[in-house]
Amino acid sequence: MSAWETVIGLEIHAQLATRSKIFSGSATAYGAAPNTQANLVDLGYPGVLPVLNAEAVRMAVKLGLAINARIAAQSVFARKNYFYPDLPKGYQISQYEQPIVAAGALDIVLDDGEVKRIGITRAHLEEDAGKSLHEGLPGVTGIDLNRAGTPLVEIVSEPHLRSAKEAVAYMKKVHTLVRYLEICDGNMQEGSFRCDANVSVRRAGAHQLGTRAEIKNLNSFRFVERAINYEVARQIDILESGGQVVQETRLYDPDRGETRSMRSKEEANDYRYFPDPDLLPVVLDEAFIGAVRATLPELPDQKAARFASQYGLSAYDAGVLTASHELAAYYEEVVRELPQEPKLAANWIMGEFAAALNKENLEVGSGKLPPGRLAGLLRRICDQTISGKIAKEVFEAMWSGGASADAVIEAQGLRQITDTAAIERMIDEVMARNPAQLAEYRAGKDKLFGFFVGQVMKATAGKANPAQLNELLRRKLGG
Amino acid sequence: MSDWHTSTLTQLAAGLRARKFSSAELVRAYLQRIDASQAALNAFISVTREQALSDAAVADRALAAGAAGALTGVPIAHKDIFCTQGVRTTCGSRMLDNFVSPYDATVVAKLKGAGAVMLGKTNMDEFAMGSSSETSFYGPVRNPWNPQLVPGGSSGGSAAAVAARLVPAATATDTGGSIRQPAALCGITGLKPTYGRVSRFGMIAFASSLDQGGVLTATAADAALVLREMAGFDANDSTSVDTPVPDYVAALERPLAGLKVGLLKEFFDEGLDAHNERRIREALKVYEGLGAKLSEVSLPNLPLSVPVYYVVAPAECSSNLARYDGVRFGYRCEKPRDLADLYRRSRGEGFGAEVKRRIMTGTYVLSAGYYDAYYLKAQRVRQLINEDFRRAFGSVDVLMGPTTPTPAFAIGAKTSDPITMYLNDIYTIGANLAGLPAVSIPCGFVQQLPVGLQIVGPHFSEARLLSAAHAFQRVTDWHTRVPPGYA
Repeated sequence: MSAWETVIGLEIHAQLATRSKIFSGSATAYGAAPNTQANLVDLGYPGVLPVLNAEAVRMAVKLGLAINARIAAQSVFARKNYFYPDLPKGYQISQYEQPIVAAGALDIVLDDGEVKRIGITRAHLEEDAGKSLHEGLPGVTGIDLNRAGTPLVEIVSEPHLRSAKEAVAYMKKVHTLVRYLEICDGNMQEGSFRCDANVSVRRAGAHQLGTRAEIKNLNSFRFVERAINYEVARQIDILESGGQVVQETRLYDPDRGETRSMRSKEEANDYRYFPDPDLLPVVLDEAFIGAVRATLPELPDQKAARFASQYGLSAYDAGVLTASHELAAYYEEVVRELPQEPKLAANWIMGEFAAALNKENLEVGSGKLPPGRLAGLLRRICDQTISGKIAKEVFEAMWSGGASADAVIEAQGLRQITDTAAIERMIDEVMARNPAQLAEYRAGKDKLFGFFVGQVMKATAGKANPAQLNELLRRKLGG
Repeated sequence: MSDWHTSTLTQLAAGLRARKFSSAELVRAYLQRIDASQAALNAFISVTREQALSDAAVADRALAAGAAGALTGVPIAHKDIFCTQGVRTTCGSRMLDNFVSPYDATVVAKLKGAGAVMLGKTNMDEFAMGSSSETSFYGPVRNPWNPQLVPGGSSGGSAAAVAARLVPAATATDTGGSIRQPAALCGITGLKPTYGRVSRFGMIAFASSLDQGGVLTATAADAALVLREMAGFDANDSTSVDTPVPDYVAALERPLAGLKVGLLKEFFDEGLDAHNERRIREALKVYEGLGAKLSEVSLPNLPLSVPVYYVVAPAECSSNLARYDGVRFGYRCEKPRDLADLYRRSRGEGFGAEVKRRIMTGTYVLSAGYYDAYYLKAQRVRQLINEDFRRAFGSVDVLMGPTTPTPAFAIGAKTSDPITMYLNDIYTIGANLAGLPAVSIPCGFVQQLPVGLQIVGPHFSEARLLSAAHAFQRVTDWHTRVPPGYA
């Protein structure tokens, strides 16, 4: 056991999938030419005022309900004051003392299958800042304010996470959830889903928290894991050599795989938060909250529990299949066509199908191999037209060529041989060709059974029905 | 006709509609008065002559076609705090000396929609921070009653312009008295509406929870006419209130008899100049004669309004003015070395001393460790002051008292002592803290200088206030007095 305990809390920023910004009517679409999606409000022009986007409120409430949090009857927007060129007003409109979502929780599954509840302190609405641009601008800094005013929900966890792995599991859980809720597209490359990690270590068994470092702006699960592991090792090194961890903000450099200091506590901004006088408190009544509740979809945990009981899947399989609502929907489409084989469908979707997607970096919803096609293939396994092994070949052909399973089977003559006489003929031939092995087998070398199976399969190009072959072979070899 | 300038806005609007004269004639006549006065008063920062003449021509066509709005062809001026599309909007600051607004403030758009013709933008204290119109980057405004004296502030340019009859009406803003105090010091009518009655969109923010747009005119009837066109809910301003705009003009003749008037005990304090007090008491006698019932009321927390204001307003301004950073618009220093230098010098050179003083005060009161002691405590006291007013309006219809402790003071007299300057707003700040409507009307003179009577009412009681002011103006003629040299 390590002498040190790691303590981690995450602040996840999820960009809300509203069409317009949180306080202005500008579009939020990603990738437009710089400053083409910033109006006078986003640019912080003299005299302009913010007007709250109701859709952003609805989405935050949806999240709050999904994590079983209390929705604040009254929440207040506050100004976080600091100077930065990509922050047009010189303050960010956020929520401080009265966030829209109060304490809630999410369960994660640990490696050993144990379920751990991670507390969520709060979630609040805020606007994003713009971006500073350096590439292709020698000697100057460009500013793109397209992102300024994009709605974010910041989800703050309790320091309940004890390892980088747990942190990643939690972050993935939140990622799954926001995508289920359709409040965030979850695109991490574009920065739609990112986090800051507060990391500290303490002697195992200690009650007091160690001094923490905050690692800013981690935008991939891999970076979260690596950055935390690096940071934990760094802090333990410092403490074990008698030093002290400094409270500071750090940045993770993915190229070097290390974190480095951005600013210390002494240099930290005094944000001078105060309620934004341009915006009224957000007052939500039960009717509003009830209406939002009615729009909640089946949540990941509910769906996983249903999959386990309805389809007889293991908790692990149910968890994997419900990790995204697209994958879960795909699975259920396949099972609808093949209701008697939920386990077979699960194995194929988590195995061949997931691997194929992964290899080409495709999403479930890419349209490549629609669920009906996969069901068609599985049906041929069930009715013994092909063996599971041949089915993998057929799958590859379907994946690259786009044809149906039946078309591939016909075109390549892969139909399984189930004719007993034909298989027996093959067995006889193989036995005749390998008298030495036959003698050894009959003398008690059982292991050679596999050799004979292989030889017959080779002779039939893998098409012999495996169960039938086993049975016939055993009988024949026995003499 | 040569006495247009002594006509009220109401009379001018009627004359235009009756086609007794044209908007073009009127606009030319007023532009001439503005030009003639500018050296002496410095009431304007920009005069939009070409635009005004072309708008007047459009107005005349509308009048001829019988398609006129309530203010079609009537000349007005806007305080240079209101954004005007295509027209420089400086807020009295070097910071915005080069700023041409790409859009119209809601107030500007509404008055334009009602047919008013803008003649120019009026001078003001920098970012509306001041009570004397001396902090303007464009030099001080002078009081038409005596050019050695201040016109009050921050809407001093608008007040001087209306007092000298350079325009029949001018928009203004009131954060701590910036409409009522200059109205009193210049001898005109100044209305600060209920917070939320008039949109703040496009009105450059000083202290967002206190700022309210309003109007300066010669008479209460004129104020009623302009307010009717300015007021109303605006989807662009979340703090504007969605409640119908009554016909303030139609409500003017509401009888006054039986009006319960509370005399604010705290306003008749030792700071009130004895001569001023005499004029106020005489005005109250007039109201008694009109059938008002006077009684004394006390708002025990009201004396705390100045310290509360000088925490809340600077706190908000320190944040509101952060956007002036030399990056996107406005003043930028020459050859910044780096980002910090860009900020430091752009702001250091772009802002004047009073603005800097308030930004520093506001930054301080919001700082970690001081927030509770200053900002939070001030907000609590603000609640108490609100409660005081609410309780008072349980027993009286309106409150009356002086607008200012003294008549106009000399230019330069208070610039070195900010506290004395701040105390000039002691009677006006309460209405801002509580978001209440208030009007100041001329009620006499002390040594040839006008004195203002202030009337404060409950939220959305503008019709009540204006009819009470109008009743007074029907039996007095203080509001018709024009400064010598401008008659």
